[in-house]
Amino acid sequence: MRLSGLQKEVLALYRQCLRECRRKPQSTRAHFEKFVRDEFSRNLAIDKRDFAAVEFLLRKGHRQLDVYSSPGIKDIR
Amino acid sequence: MAALRSSSRILSSSRAAFRPSAVFSRSMASVSEAEQPRTKSFQIYRWNPDTPTEKPKLQTYTIDLNKTGPMILDALIKIKNEQDPSLTFRRSCREGICGSCAMNINGQNTLACLCRIPTESASDVKIYPLPHTYVVKDLVPDLTHFYKQYKSIQPYLQRDTPAEDGKEYRQSKADRKKLDGLYECILCACCSTSCPSYWWNSEEYLGPAILLQSYRWLIDSRDEHTAARKAKLENSMSLYRCHTILNCTRACPKGLNPGKAIAEIKKSMSIGA
Repeated sequence: MRLSGLQKEVLALYRQCLRECRRKPQSTRAHFEKFVRDEFSRNLAIDKRDFAAVEFLLRKGHRQLDVYSSPGIKDIR
Repeated sequence: MAALRSSSRILSSSRAAFRPSAVFSRSMASVSEAEQPRTKSFQIYRWNPDTPTEKPKLQTYTIDLNKTGPMILDALIKIKNEQDPSLTFRRSCREGICGSCAMNINGQNTLACLCRIPTESASDVKIYPLPHTYVVKDLVPDLTHFYKQYKSIQPYLQRDTPAEDGKEYRQSKADRKKLDGLYECILCACCSTSCPSYWWNSEEYLGPAILLQSYRWLIDSRDEHTAARKAKLENSMSLYRCHTILNCTRACPKGLNPGKAIAEIKKSMSIGA
């Protein structure tokens, strides 16, 4: 299946988020991974042609990634 | 009066509901003059980030102007208090000194607290967030990039030599006078978001508000890094995307002239460099 540019961006963000989890301490890594998967799966139903919504969520995702990837954040619930 | 003012400032930070009470009691006095209600409709841009698939829409609210303060911000606060608590907007000082309530009212970027509710025409008032900004919610724009650009011009005094008397950096009256019309800027972003050049190139072009501030530090007689500041602007994007459209000067709710400041920077760059 050929993916659109927007879909590739979403997948790239997902991958980046999961990779970022590896920087977190071993004991809480599972929490971060669960959080990432929940955040993405919550919006799975959005139509791939609803560009405004997908682009907004992408921006929000990048912002959240910036915040959560700070080394000061050790755990997430 | 001084006591009144300070107490209202304390209250204003805690809850929005307190401030309008003063406004209502003031306008109540004039109710006797006009008995029948003067209704006015406001069409306000609504968008909720919690439901991103829902499209933004205009929602109409009708209020009685006899029971409202004179400004758009009074109307917004009244709507939020009495009709729809979910309506979201920024506000703080209600007197045009904080720049929080910048929004697009009837097609013009301005501060809601300095804009009178138009009474001469019966047409609806349309209120949108600042154009070409990402919306956080309803009338709240995301100004992160704007503030990042402001930070990039290093808006603070830079010196290598200490003061002569070891106490403070002195300035002649003439030098101080050069800062008039510049230091009043409150960074409300009304001008930048009205500039077509900034709409298309906001990533690299600094925009009128930031360039006005840039000029404020360039001509400050106490600043010693003028050359470095100018060198930073010496590229095709940061400064020279200004095509003297002058929407900025028309939009500025404080009556400043960013267009002139940018022209002055261009002039000093062409003479000095």
